[in-house]
Amino acid sequence: MANTSKISARNVQVYYGDNHAIKDVNVEIEDKTVTAFIGPSGCGKSTFLRCINRMNDTIDIARMEGQILIDDEDINDPKVDPVQLRAKVGMVFQKPNPFPKSIYDNVAYGPRIHGMARNKSELDEIVERALRRGAIWDEVKDRLAAPGTGLSGGQQQRLCIARAIATEPEVLLMDEPCSALDPIATAQVEELIDELRQSYSVVIVTHSMQQAARVSQRTAFFHLGHLVEFGDTDKIFTTPEDPRTESYITGRIG
Amino acid sequence: MTDTAHISLLKQDARTVKRNRAEARFKAYGLIAIGLGVVMLVILLTTIISRGTGAFQQTFLTLEVTLDEARLDKTGNRDPAEIRKVSTFGYKPLLNDAFETLVATTALQSDMAPKDMSALLSKGAEAQMRDAVLADPSLIGQTVEFNFLASGRVDGYLKDRVSRESIANDKNISVEQLDLVDQLVDAGVIEKRLNASFITGADSSDARPEAAGFGVSMVGSLTMMLVVLALALPIGVAASIYLEEFAPKNWITDIIEVNISNLAAVPSIVFGILGLAVFINYMHLPNSAPLVGGLVLTLMTLPTIIISTRASLKSVPPSIRDAALGVGASKMQSVFHHVLPLAAPGILTGTIIGLAQALGETAPLLLIGMVGFIASNGPETINEALLSPNSAMPAQIYEWAKRSDPAFYERAWGGIIILLVFLISMNFLAVMLRRRFERRW
Repeated sequence: MANTSKISARNVQVYYGDNHAIKDVNVEIEDKTVTAFIGPSGCGKSTFLRCINRMNDTIDIARMEGQILIDDEDINDPKVDPVQLRAKVGMVFQKPNPFPKSIYDNVAYGPRIHGMARNKSELDEIVERALRRGAIWDEVKDRLAAPGTGLSGGQQQRLCIARAIATEPEVLLMDEPCSALDPIATAQVEELIDELRQSYSVVIVTHSMQQAARVSQRTAFFHLGHLVEFGDTDKIFTTPEDPRTESYITGRIG
Repeated sequence: MTDTAHISLLKQDARTVKRNRAEARFKAYGLIAIGLGVVMLVILLTTIISRGTGAFQQTFLTLEVTLDEARLDKTGNRDPAEIRKVSTFGYKPLLNDAFETLVATTALQSDMAPKDMSALLSKGAEAQMRDAVLADPSLIGQTVEFNFLASGRVDGYLKDRVSRESIANDKNISVEQLDLVDQLVDAGVIEKRLNASFITGADSSDARPEAAGFGVSMVGSLTMMLVVLALALPIGVAASIYLEEFAPKNWITDIIEVNISNLAAVPSIVFGILGLAVFINYMHLPNSAPLVGGLVLTLMTLPTIIISTRASLKSVPPSIRDAALGVGASKMQSVFHHVLPLAAPGILTGTIIGLAQALGETAPLLLIGMVGFIASNGPETINEALLSPNSAMPAQIYEWAKRSDPAFYERAWGGIIILLVFLISMNFLAVMLRRRFERRW
């Protein structure tokens, strides 16, 4: 894979108060690739993910050191507005969290606040394109005015993905997007992630090693705040270098 | 094999029996408590209704009065300035004449002096005639039918508050006068009718309980509520949003939070004396003005609104905020587009409950002079409503309840009915709004 590096993290440290949650993480995330973060609970993978779009800014006690560069620009530079960053780096959360509004408004919200559409028909197009890419268009096209919260869990999560890609981000962060879904919905979302790889750099945090193996090309294994091993997914799951990685993927720790 | 260890499910053991009994006892306590509450409520409501409904009816006396030109307009040229010179005292003989005519033309049996007969009327009767004449001088010389309020005693007699025994030491009315009242009732001259002016009118002096109305103090309350709504809602909501969504969590905000809760528990009379010291003595706002009352009640209502607004902001799931931030909304956009609409029903409910609390508050009004016989006319402009002295519903009730004439006591109960109607409709509105706007996620 000769992809260029989209995101590079250099000596990233994160503290929650006195708790040193992320210790000296260096990682290069490539463009148009799915990168999976795996590791036991509390190992810092979600924390690290939330650093990439500065969602940790909303937590008072969280503090970050080191550098995260997206396209060689430091996202923590004082000149960077986190709101603009988040438009470029979309996020899908663990629990499907549609707004209690119509399906249409859920998707249209981002484009609206970013002024991406000049008129109603342009907005309609953006919404339709996002819902199509979110692989949910056929299921909801006849009821766009229905509340997003009335959909099933899997549909809600795909709606949230559609909402995230409606703002045309360059990076899509997914924090355990399938943990609240049943196997069928999970399969649909995984299929969708694979398609999204054509256009985005996708970073997915997952507890399921099978899922990491199925959807990702690169895998990072976190343990107790350290990035233990990072490499091609095939290699991590077949010939891990670090004994801790091997213990985790074979089920001895975690 | 395990004979001794076998426990039959068909037979309850001692522990289970004891537990079941305790549970039954607890249920009984609960039922008793609820029953007591319901009984109290029923007693309260029946008392209020049975004592208060009388205030909505009033005894009127219909009398044909000849507006004698010789007495009212000696010059005969209908000059308003001239007519105005005749005081209410000058109208008194007209009433006496009217009663004389009444006795002469009907089969009434009474040897009372006409002066004593006109004492059956409210002391405002002369003023009523004078106002009518001043409004339309062409009435002079004609015989006009007037609906006069009967005096408080006559009204009390028709409402069984006054009897021949109870007036033994009463200088205001005599047994002979009551005999005449009986005859007048039979003749249809005196009758009880719905009294709209109780709902619309102004308070009256001690001597005329029959003319006292609740309307002007309702306007006073309404004005105060507008002040409270206009100040407490925006200030309260802005403060809550800042504290809940933007403020850093540190010891300063902790202290503010504790103090807001403390303020909610401060007795309302303290706010009253604060209002007296700050708004009247220091800022020199007018005494007894609904503006000052509204400011004091705003201080009192703010903590309630802030606490309920913060509670409803807190109850909005954080995932909604994350979702908004995740698609690149700013903090303020996430609050105003998503969090606030979801919290709105709770905020509205809290505000209405706070307003209802303020509406029923009397103590602070005592200290800023909004109690007593204050306004004899309703305000005509918004400015006047805000700045001219007025009372408020609960203060008016308090004022009536402490006056000596039992006719005012009845009006106090009537005022309570109106106040309760307001409070219940506000609470009903709060429930309706919550039902209507509540959204699920």
